[in-house]
Amino acid sequence: MDLVSSLALGFSVALDPVNILYCFIGVLLGTLVGVLPGIGPTATIAMLLPITFTLGPATALIMLAGIYYGAQYGGSTTAILINLPGESSSAVTAIDGYQMARQGRAGQALATAAIGSFFAGSVATLLLAFFAPPLARAALNFGAPEYFSLIVLGLLVSIALAHGSILKALAMIVLGLLLGMVGQDIYTGTPRFTFGVRELFGGLNFVAVAVGVFGIAEILRNLENETEREVGVKKVTNLWLTREDFGRIWAPILRGTGLGSVLGILPGGGHILSSFASYSAEKRLSKNPQEFGKGAIEGVAGPESANNAAAQTSFIPLMTLGIPAHPVMALMVGAFILQGITPGPNVINEQPALFWGIIASMWIGNLLLIILNLPLIGLWVKMLSIPYRVLFPAIVLFACIGTYSINQNIYDVYAIAFFAMVGYLLIRFGCEPAPLLLGFVLGPLLEEHLRRAMIISRGDPMIFVTRPISATLLLLALAAVLVAVLPAIRRKRQEVFVEDD
Amino acid sequence: MNTFVRTFAAALVAASALSGISAMAQDYPNQPITIVVPFSAGGPTDTVTRLVAAAMSEDLGQQVVVQNVGGAGGTLGAGQVAAANADGYTLLLHHIGMSTAPALYASLPFDPMTDFAPIGLVTEVPMTVVARRDFEPATLEDLIAHIKENGENITYANAGIGAASQLCGLLIMDALDTKMTEVPYQGTGPAMTDLLGGQIDMMCDQTTNTTSQIQAGEIKAYAVTTPERIAVLPDLPTLAEGGLDNFNLAIWHGLYAPAGTDPAIVARLQTALQAALANETVGNSFAELGTYPVPADQATPEALAETLEGQIALWKEVISAAGVSAQ
Repeated sequence: MDLVSSLALGFSVALDPVNILYCFIGVLLGTLVGVLPGIGPTATIAMLLPITFTLGPATALIMLAGIYYGAQYGGSTTAILINLPGESSSAVTAIDGYQMARQGRAGQALATAAIGSFFAGSVATLLLAFFAPPLARAALNFGAPEYFSLIVLGLLVSIALAHGSILKALAMIVLGLLLGMVGQDIYTGTPRFTFGVRELFGGLNFVAVAVGVFGIAEILRNLENETEREVGVKKVTNLWLTREDFGRIWAPILRGTGLGSVLGILPGGGHILSSFASYSAEKRLSKNPQEFGKGAIEGVAGPESANNAAAQTSFIPLMTLGIPAHPVMALMVGAFILQGITPGPNVINEQPALFWGIIASMWIGNLLLIILNLPLIGLWVKMLSIPYRVLFPAIVLFACIGTYSINQNIYDVYAIAFFAMVGYLLIRFGCEPAPLLLGFVLGPLLEEHLRRAMIISRGDPMIFVTRPISATLLLLALAAVLVAVLPAIRRKRQEVFVEDD
Repeated sequence: MNTFVRTFAAALVAASALSGISAMAQDYPNQPITIVVPFSAGGPTDTVTRLVAAAMSEDLGQQVVVQNVGGAGGTLGAGQVAAANADGYTLLLHHIGMSTAPALYASLPFDPMTDFAPIGLVTEVPMTVVARRDFEPATLEDLIAHIKENGENITYANAGIGAASQLCGLLIMDALDTKMTEVPYQGTGPAMTDLLGGQIDMMCDQTTNTTSQIQAGEIKAYAVTTPERIAVLPDLPTLAEGGLDNFNLAIWHGLYAPAGTDPAIVARLQTALQAALANETVGNSFAELGTYPVPADQATPEALAETLEGQIALWKEVISAAGVSAQ
């Protein structure tokens, strides 16, 4: 079957009124759970799995997929408005998006996120339609050594995430890596840094850490001094993007889409890297890197596009090989099986209507999302005019409820309180939370792949340089370090980057 | 206070407590039930649980939510359920690992025999010995010779200590009196990814996870671990046929409530489990995955308790002979 007739078949399934309705329900639910901090797509899909039992296979999967990429959309909203990222990807959006909101440009930040996500989602879906099987095959060339080298590259390049000193950024990454070590050793089960507390055996909860160091710490900073308290909405005059804004965002959106599409295909955690990688790339390529961290619109456009592109392409390993790239995809496997379909290499041939129907529905879903989200921007921005005495307690309350609902673990709520204090101290010391979160997210992956590679090579570290993909990635990492430490460049950095205080 | 009054008061308290429980049991379930799977989502045990949970929720008229609490070979999730309220709203679906944990872990946060109220067996899943598709040996005989010859040069993927995939490897290495290099993963999902990519040589995993990949020709299959061949992959010889005498390994799954759960609730859950196992959709889905629901007389607290006790004794012997320990 050629692509045109396949897509025609797909659209005939996706344009069925019932399927459009469930696609809409999916993206709406996704947007809502994305907006609420803590309640993510994993929990939502898990809760809805039994309900999908009663729907047809295509309808059920179209809705569940919609929840997933809808949540990627919605997650940026709270990150931008109140510095409260619900997922690792929106943590990056919070860096510049929240600064934009503080400058009264929340509307522009939200619009950029929506447009970037829409573009990236549509392009990545196209990629999925054209190249899914060969891309999935290619991604299988990534084994433990390649993932290790990729993460090393990601960590080193991410020094760009900070707008302060390199040393502080490195310290934050290392602190993040160490926090990621909390919990049971995956290979031996030995508890580490758990102080005998069983609730810590599973490690620290990402959402608790992110909500603490970003959102609550920011509230604490705001409460410091009554007279300095900001009310962002006062300055909001225009919600829509200017010509100049469009001129600044198109290139980051294109690059973010490319990066995100490629990284999303890698089943071993590539999607986590996508928004961090895009942010680093934009900062490096920007003519005005000093704006990053202070409300650069490129810092929203790139990562948001990358994040959404990766969300779409992470369906590739699932739909073509039957292997889930992350917990949400694993739940999708469950959904397939509940429908009597075993996801695997045969789905595309045995269930063409389903396969192409889901792909076509992603276009429709992305369209629905932008229609849904653009009018909502005005509403979200209005939220900022809520007096702080009401808004602050509400944020804290929702953050705690959302976080507790993930694992019903009270230690996650304690963790919010603890990391709020940590985050506040970091702000005072002029250290930034973003590199810390990156280290925290990537640390466990780094360790897992390093140790697995060493087991496979039976203790020979040469495995990282004798495998071509891995060697290339490590060379790039080395180049990144050289660029960062070359004296001339460092001097320039000091001029540009040292904080005003 | 005389003895009579004291006895009477005690009886009153007991009676009110009892009536409280039975009132609780009567309108059970009046809220969603959570089944904890002590492994990551998407793995074979998770798949089995999701199928059963969906069918059980039809019978119980309440949502049955599957919650994945992975880590530490399943002991984390099991420990959580052991400590949960014995109100019938938190259950555990665990596999053979329930019986190997006492032998593997020096300090276990729960006792499989006393901290749980068994509800019933669910299924016994055969396992398959599989390899990357360009692995040299052509037949089971070749494979056995190859393992004996190359030993530690062969990489064998498992889902961590105490996982079904590790137990299978232990039994094979024990039978062949050799060692392979064991590569642990967080669940067999990621392990399968690496097997498909040819990053590792071999794995032994439940048919729930391997059948579709075998049928698609993405991986090579050599044998099944049960005493008889299985219907879904009839061409696969048994390991016993290949000369590994009396090789018998099936991954049995059981459903448990925390100890102290009202017997009426356990009975209600047993009925729901039996109804789920008789459900045609569940049967068909199980068959497609290369397994089958246990007969109704096995989906009982008695059958599960008996299996658990026998298996704990068996694995204590095998695991201590292999010198494996998790801590």
